[in-house]
Amino acid sequence: MSLFEHSLRELQEKLHKKEITVTDLVEESYKRIHEVDDEVQAFITLNEEQAKAKAAELDENPDADAKLFGLPIGVKDNIMTKGLRTTAGSQFLKNFEDPLYDATVVGKLNDAKSITIGKLNMDEFAMGSSNENSSYASARNPWNTDYVPGGSSGGSAAAVAAGEVPYSLGSDTGGSIRQPAAYCGVVGLKPTYGRVSRFGLIAFASSLDQIGPITNTVEDNAFLLETIAGHDKMDSTSADVEVPKYTDALTNDVKGLKIAVPKEYLSEGVNPEVKEAVQAALKKYEELGATWEEVSLPHSKYALSTYYLLSSSEASANLARFDGVRYGKRADDVESMLEMFKRSRAEGFGEEVKRRIMLGTFALSSGYYDAYYKKAQQVRTLIKNDFEKVFEDYDVIVGPTTPTPAFKVGDKTDDPMTMYANDILTIPVNLAGVPGISIPCGFSDKGLPIGLQIIGKHFDESTVYRAAHAYEQATDFHTQRPSLGGANA
Amino acid sequence: MSRISKEEVKHVANLARLAITEEEADTFTKQLDDIITYAEQLNELDTTGVEPTTHVLDLKNVMRKDEPKKWIEKEDAMKNAPDHQDGQFKVPSVLE
Amino acid sequence: MNFETIIGLEVHVELKTESKIFSPSPNMFGDEPNTNVNPIDLGYPGVLPVLNEEAVNFAMKAAMALNCDIATDTKFDRKNYFYPDNPKAYQISQFDQPIGENGYIDIEVDGEKKRIGITRLHMEEDAGKLTHSDDGYSLVDFNRQGTPLVEIVSEPDIRTPKEAYAYLEALKNIIQYTGVSDCKMEEGSLRCDANISLRPIGQEEFGTKAELKNLNSFSFVQKGLEFEEKRQKKELLTGGEILQETRRYDEQTKETILMRVKEGSDDYRYFPEPDLVKLHIDEDWKERIRQQIPELPDARKKRYIEELELPEYDAMVLTNNKELSDFFEETIAAGGDIKQASNWLMGEVSAYMNKNYKELHELELTPTSLAKMIKLIEDGTISSKIAKKVFSELVENGGDPEKIVKDKGLVQISDEGQLTEIITTILDNNQQSIEDYKNGKDKALGFLVGQVMKETKGQANPPMVNKIILAEMEKR
Repeated sequence: MSLFEHSLRELQEKLHKKEITVTDLVEESYKRIHEVDDEVQAFITLNEEQAKAKAAELDENPDADAKLFGLPIGVKDNIMTKGLRTTAGSQFLKNFEDPLYDATVVGKLNDAKSITIGKLNMDEFAMGSSNENSSYASARNPWNTDYVPGGSSGGSAAAVAAGEVPYSLGSDTGGSIRQPAAYCGVVGLKPTYGRVSRFGLIAFASSLDQIGPITNTVEDNAFLLETIAGHDKMDSTSADVEVPKYTDALTNDVKGLKIAVPKEYLSEGVNPEVKEAVQAALKKYEELGATWEEVSLPHSKYALSTYYLLSSSEASANLARFDGVRYGKRADDVESMLEMFKRSRAEGFGEEVKRRIMLGTFALSSGYYDAYYKKAQQVRTLIKNDFEKVFEDYDVIVGPTTPTPAFKVGDKTDDPMTMYANDILTIPVNLAGVPGISIPCGFSDKGLPIGLQIIGKHFDESTVYRAAHAYEQATDFHTQRPSLGGANA
Repeated sequence: MSRISKEEVKHVANLARLAITEEEADTFTKQLDDIITYAEQLNELDTTGVEPTTHVLDLKNVMRKDEPKKWIEKEDAMKNAPDHQDGQFKVPSVLE
Repeated sequence: MNFETIIGLEVHVELKTESKIFSPSPNMFGDEPNTNVNPIDLGYPGVLPVLNEEAVNFAMKAAMALNCDIATDTKFDRKNYFYPDNPKAYQISQFDQPIGENGYIDIEVDGEKKRIGITRLHMEEDAGKLTHSDDGYSLVDFNRQGTPLVEIVSEPDIRTPKEAYAYLEALKNIIQYTGVSDCKMEEGSLRCDANISLRPIGQEEFGTKAELKNLNSFSFVQKGLEFEEKRQKKELLTGGEILQETRRYDEQTKETILMRVKEGSDDYRYFPEPDLVKLHIDEDWKERIRQQIPELPDARKKRYIEELELPEYDAMVLTNNKELSDFFEETIAAGGDIKQASNWLMGEVSAYMNKNYKELHELELTPTSLAKMIKLIEDGTISSKIAKKVFSELVENGGDPEKIVKDKGLVQISDEGQLTEIITTILDNNQQSIEDYKNGKDKALGFLVGQVMKETKGQANPPMVNKIILAEMEKR
């Protein structure tokens, strides 16, 4: 059995009891990566030399107070790491060897003495739902490498599912943590907007982006969020709200929990296998003493349009800094300033990124702002109000994470609109700014994982975790592992 | 009726400082038109008097004290620069 | 056909906070390139802005001093454009909710008073600086990136280049009084763009305007506008068309030169800055800042006239320059006579500064030393003539006037016996002058006084010398 089938707390105990060393953990991680990553392609950049040196150093200086002491982590490649190349999955940043500073979350990981194993594959600048927009090799689903791992944090979910690292960080703008977590059969949480600092996260859509944990279990997830959450003076949009001990919420008790199930989340667009799995999950919750009722989030069908207008508009400004002046790509032999800008960006960005920059630039341009951008911001208010109304009467909202299980590589690359439709159930959560988790709730006929999404009130990750944990403990989906590389068969 | 013309696509590409080929202009025209057409479903909603949401959290007056702090070393500024000279970033002349 | 000139000015003023508006880098002028920068100023991926509270306070002070209404709810927006000195390719600015609106400045041109409206005052960040090398490259320094700015936009109320000049002088003076900026055009802490158009007298709508840039001094603003006024008039009279142009003023040729013709308006794609939260300025905050605004030039001028009983001209000259006016206040606070202090500052001190191209703070003279010197004149220790010697010592090397007078033996001779002795000798040697005086030639008295002063190296007390000479001549 792989060491990484233990929970983070079990691993810590083993470390502190000296049953294993930090070096063992780090070696385990790289051993597995060298074994399977040619297939999974979860990593863009490895930090092997530095990680091993740090492991040796930690073995010399045990620290029982450091919360993530010696635990090897993978970090999505849009999170800035000082001295470690950060590309955001883009050729534009191919040579961005030293990003000069650590993101606030990376600083927290370092303070907690975890070890960064490497930088995880992703759709370029987090724009995509399949990892096929990575400008490096695209990551694959460990359950079946003909299938996509989801995106944009495809590498983060695949690495955990494949047993390359026990836990990782992803980022979620419209479902980029939850959707790949669902596809890869792992646990992924998008925290409340403002819960985790965005400082050092390469911005896609500033008003939607959140960093969150991807793990094997709910407990690990809560454990990691305790470390990375909290107010940051460097992020004006981070909230000064106390961070509870999330692991204390894992009481295994959901008696009396009031669950809302939006009818829009189980509409015709949702695959029957997925529907069935979710219905079975609701039954399980009933057995556990919770109650559920059907509700409506009437503006759900407008979420996709709203999201694409807002996120692309913000992205068009956020990605404008990639201009070839101070870092990153500069096209060869440019003769004028204008040519430097236009060609560096055209050569450095992939097609999906360009498409969204174009859409966003158009939506903000003179004469269209009110019709598109401002209209979308207004509809966002309506979508947010839908959630608030439901949360007046219910503790959590439950539904599928995605309309279908993972799809085959290449299946949806032709038409951007079908690809976008993957995120239809995760997007409203970002628009409302509430927290949402995806946990495994079954498998399709083809043996691909299905995800259950649990959505909570602002800053009420505790209830989300409690609900997720109780279900997880009552089922065994989370204990199943892909048979990748034969090692875990 | 198309929502966006090829000419507009070229204009937008110029605003966004993206060099695009004729072929790309054609593709983008079609794709953006699809997306925008779809997005026009928002017009079904009457949003008169609805406040636009820029921030989901109603935060106000987040500020810092006026205290100067040094952060990076002098040589760091040029570390990732594609081209530089005498501690400054070097770019093709802005004078046309 | 007769035309009316319409001018509007856009002025950028850098605020002298300790750190930048959205990053903690030091806000300093003149350092080595790219040393006062951090990843935020360099627009690195992942960085976020955090607003400097003092920048808001300073902007509010400037807006209040310019009689603006202060917004209760305001925010920041992104203004998108690509340029190598603009590291994020958007500038954080304020679009539809500026911190200040509906202000004004009162100016006076050729004795006529006029009120110029201020449309808005908003906060934004300054860009980096580009220099051009002759080998076809430009170099970028981001030290200035993120310096807090306020942009002050006037109403198109200005009708002559001279009014534009007066507006700028008054604006600069007011801002300097508030202490939020040095307003040094030569260092770029005050910059001005001017819009100018002409319309036939009686016509309601404005003509097409040209925008003048690269105006490096107030007088270039005036000269540029004067040239432009003539150019547009000539163009219109010969049936030509004014295009919406950006033009720059060439200091050598004293002409404005076309930079580019604008096609439509620039599309900056403004939208609310999602990385910053709203700003709510409640009455308490406004009041706290209002309390900190010092007496402004107009109020001070009025006080000088009404309370200090200075002539209007003197009050105006003194208050038109904050440094001069502050120096004056400190001099009288140190006991210097009001009228004397004013005279010295407007006379000798100003003359010295003009001659030596120096500013007041660069002189060794202090308000205390000036006050002391004035007192020495008043109590008769030194004569006005000697005072000039003391002054040149004070202004060049500083020091204590009493000590200078003592060390250099400049004390006025007021001893009657001593003076009588000197005068007797001089009268003895100048019999002819006595005759002349007695024959009605008053000039002879002056000559005799001069002789005494010469003999005493100017230290004799002039009224006493006069008195004794007259008395001694009576006796002869």
